[in-house]
Amino acid sequence: MALVEVKNVRKTYRREAEELTVLDGLSLEIAEGDFVALMGPSGSGKTTLLNLIGGVDQPSSGDVVVGGTRLTGLRGKQLARWRARNIGYIFQLYNLIPVLTALQNVELPLLLVKMSGKERRERARHALDIVGLEDRLKHFPRQLSGGQEQRVAIARAVVSDPTVLLADEPTGDLDRKAGADILTLLDRLNKEFKKTIVMVTHDPTAAERAHRRLHLDKGVLSNGPS
Amino acid sequence: MSLLSLVLVNLGRNKRRTILTALSVLVALFLFCALRGVLDTLEASIRVGSEARLVTRNAISLIFPLPLSYQERLLTVPGVRSVSYANWFGGRDPVDQSNFYAQFAVAENYLPIYASDIEIVAFDRPQVAGAVPPGVDPKLAAFMNERDACVVGERLFNRMKWKLGQTVPVSGTIFPGTWTFTVRAVYHAKNPAMNEEAMFFHWKYLSEKGMGGQGQVGWYVLELSDPGQAGAVTRAVDALYANSAAATHTETERAFQAGFVSMYGNVPFLIGVIGLAVVFAILLVAANTMMMATRERTAEFGVMKTLGFDDGTIFRLVLVEAAVITFGGGALGALLAKLVIEGSDFNAMGLLPPMTVRWATVLVGVAIAVVIGAASGLVPAWQASQRRIVDALRRVE
Amino acid sequence: MPIPISYNVRNVIQRPWSTLATTIGIALVVAILIGAFALASGFQAALVETGSDSNAMVLRTGADSEISSGISLDAAHILKALPDVAPGPDGRPLVSADMVVLMNQPRLGQEGSSNVTVRGIDPPSLALRPRVKLVAGRMFAPGSDEVIVAQRIARRFAHCGIGDRLRFGQRDFTVVGQFTAGGSGFDSEVWGDNAVLMPALNREGAYQSVTFRMRDPSRFAELKRRLESDRRLGVEVRTERAWYAGQSRLMSTVLRAGGILITLIMAVGAIFGAMNTMYAAVGQRTREIAVLLTLGFTPGAVMRAFLFESVFPALIGGALGCLIALPINGVTTSTTNWSSFSEIAFAFRVTPAGMIAGLIFAAIMGAFGGFLPARQAARQSLAMTLRAG
Repeated sequence: MALVEVKNVRKTYRREAEELTVLDGLSLEIAEGDFVALMGPSGSGKTTLLNLIGGVDQPSSGDVVVGGTRLTGLRGKQLARWRARNIGYIFQLYNLIPVLTALQNVELPLLLVKMSGKERRERARHALDIVGLEDRLKHFPRQLSGGQEQRVAIARAVVSDPTVLLADEPTGDLDRKAGADILTLLDRLNKEFKKTIVMVTHDPTAAERAHRRLHLDKGVLSNGPS
Repeated sequence: MSLLSLVLVNLGRNKRRTILTALSVLVALFLFCALRGVLDTLEASIRVGSEARLVTRNAISLIFPLPLSYQERLLTVPGVRSVSYANWFGGRDPVDQSNFYAQFAVAENYLPIYASDIEIVAFDRPQVAGAVPPGVDPKLAAFMNERDACVVGERLFNRMKWKLGQTVPVSGTIFPGTWTFTVRAVYHAKNPAMNEEAMFFHWKYLSEKGMGGQGQVGWYVLELSDPGQAGAVTRAVDALYANSAAATHTETERAFQAGFVSMYGNVPFLIGVIGLAVVFAILLVAANTMMMATRERTAEFGVMKTLGFDDGTIFRLVLVEAAVITFGGGALGALLAKLVIEGSDFNAMGLLPPMTVRWATVLVGVAIAVVIGAASGLVPAWQASQRRIVDALRRVE
Repeated sequence: MPIPISYNVRNVIQRPWSTLATTIGIALVVAILIGAFALASGFQAALVETGSDSNAMVLRTGADSEISSGISLDAAHILKALPDVAPGPDGRPLVSADMVVLMNQPRLGQEGSSNVTVRGIDPPSLALRPRVKLVAGRMFAPGSDEVIVAQRIARRFAHCGIGDRLRFGQRDFTVVGQFTAGGSGFDSEVWGDNAVLMPALNREGAYQSVTFRMRDPSRFAELKRRLESDRRLGVEVRTERAWYAGQSRLMSTVLRAGGILITLIMAVGAIFGAMNTMYAAVGQRTREIAVLLTLGFTPGAVMRAFLFESVFPALIGGALGCLIALPINGVTTSTTNWSSFSEIAFAFRVTPAGMIAGLIFAAIMGAFGGFLPARQAARQSLAMTLRAG
């Protein structure tokens, strides 16, 4: 059975009187350990699909099942719990909390788990170790470069050991070198730590690193040219 | 890091705003506790009066005197242990008319009644050795043996920078002329609600110099052998003089004091209204701050929710953040009120007894601050927790 | 070139909740200020308007209230016969030697009792004090045990309805009429015939004050000198108005000072709140300010624009405060006048001057709250801002 199953999902937004269909009967399966790149023009519904898989948004109709859990059946608090345990989210603009240090930012998701302060720090430090920022623990986001910030964000995403990593244009705001480093890191997380990764991007070089490339256009999915 | 330190870190995000808000809560709670202090002080001044003592005055009003001859007959009323008396002198400072303090002409056995409320802290040695009547503090020997001697309250003594042995002029209004009194002793009020800005001198001196030897008494103070009999004694005394030229009105000393407080009319009510307005005004300031603080962090709350923070946790975080600001400001303001008001000599130009701000008031003030904080955070917290992640995150771009 | 005001107004409207919170905060402060002033003004008016400039009031030297004054019967006799006393329409001299005492009366609907002023008067008293008008019942008959009471007293003290009996000393007096005195201090009094009241209250020895209409008020100074130097009398002479003004000074000063103190403290809190709003406004519009500066508006113009954005809602708050305070105009309240120990009933008096003071105060609060943020906006470095964007 696939880890992520998106079944006949429809997503519409209401903007004033107009109804906007973003996803129209989309189905998708992603196996455990896969690394999928989701490509397509702006407004094609990539981020929406990512949000549905991450339990951040709910479909208008259809089902999303991740790791055997039917997300469409979960509400509010349950869904938040589920996200904390199973999903690591990586944003284009990193979205670190500016007033927290790198270490504190990584600790943030662990506040949701019963754990001693010491253990929390240990795990956060370990996560920063993996992304290669063991010497930047006390730095605030504004003292870090974009690439470093994104690596802190990745450490934050993996610290609670989720099964799925969702990345929304993780290299979109970085220069070529820093972007390449991030992709290498994602690659390593996929191979070494067996994380299933879904990455939205419109950078073909970034998409190269994935095992599978999917194209989304006007809410319809197709196996794109590789 | 813990959830609480997350709150503290957020408070430091916009230090100026946090400090300004805390300061406005501080100011408001200072004011609230100060106003409460005024009301408490008024109330406390009632409690100086004992339930075990009765005061008998002229039934018409306090400005009408009673004959001295009543003393003998009052002593014969069953249940009355001793009888003392005093007069309101109503003098003014001849130098500064607006400098007001109370002067009382009192009988020999008057001050001993209040022995447990006052303590003589400074006194002159008597010039000539003389016997002190039984029951009178030996420290008052110099006072007792001098016709125009007086005992003054410590606060008044310090405020006027008097010295022991100094002659103090007072111009009489009810008893005309310029009077002089020699300061022979200073008392400290052990009971904080007791007036420490008063002067006591000999009733005999007033009678000789001011009433042409006529024995007119302002009010009698009756000590009871059994406080339980207060009601019976009251009725017996007033019945005794019901049909005489000067009918009496007797009540417990506490009720007598309460009568003065009730003279303030609606003023305590108005003070209460102002207190409420102050509280409401800070609620607005604090709510405004929290609204601004959460609005600019909308995207961040979206991120936190994506990480798995549920709505309830976000709600509580905002609420606690608001409460911490108001708690900080409120606690400081309430403590400041206690320190400043009790430390300064503020007494509304002599119209009020020395003010106190009770610890209970400080606690109530802090509690109000916290409740206000939570209330001010309610709407922003609700908004922050209910906004959909997708909408919240869109704010980033 | 100034920045158009409409720009600021639109900005103010664009943050409605913030502006509303600041505005209402300032409105409350202003309302309390106006209320305190209305209280003091009402109190002062009650006493000052008791007196007339054409009446002279004679009390014993050194007396600071009527209660503590005393005018011997002989002295009163001399005063009544003065040629300076103006005659009334009936040809009799307009003079009244008053006996004034305080009577402790239980309050209505409230616990405790308070002191009511009882005034024994001579018959010309009503003509002498034209503000006093009977509104119910009739005047007391001379020589009888009848009294008239002020309507305001009747509402707040027991046994003051027409037909009720008040016990003064050894005798019962019947209330036969009620009067109003146009908000003056007489509105808190009970009046009776001094020929009856004085023996009933054992006050035969002396009057408390003598009041008379001057034949020529412009010669008051000369009259004062003459009477005060008369050794037989031992009196002080003031115009009636000056006397009552003096009686109100202590209390109205305390009320005003208290009001100002409370509002100043509250204002500090309100200013902090306004500062918060304005700092947020400046912070949010950093880029916008940069654009304005780039367009060539001077830092002074930017500063004025932001000051205006702070003062404008404050003024609206001030106006709102006036509206909140307005309904208390005319509400009667009471307190003891500590100068005379008698209870005074009076109405809050919201004066135009008080409202203007409130508005000015509001503007000042707005200006204080807006000053630092506005200066920050004006001093903003262009290069930094545009790069940051």
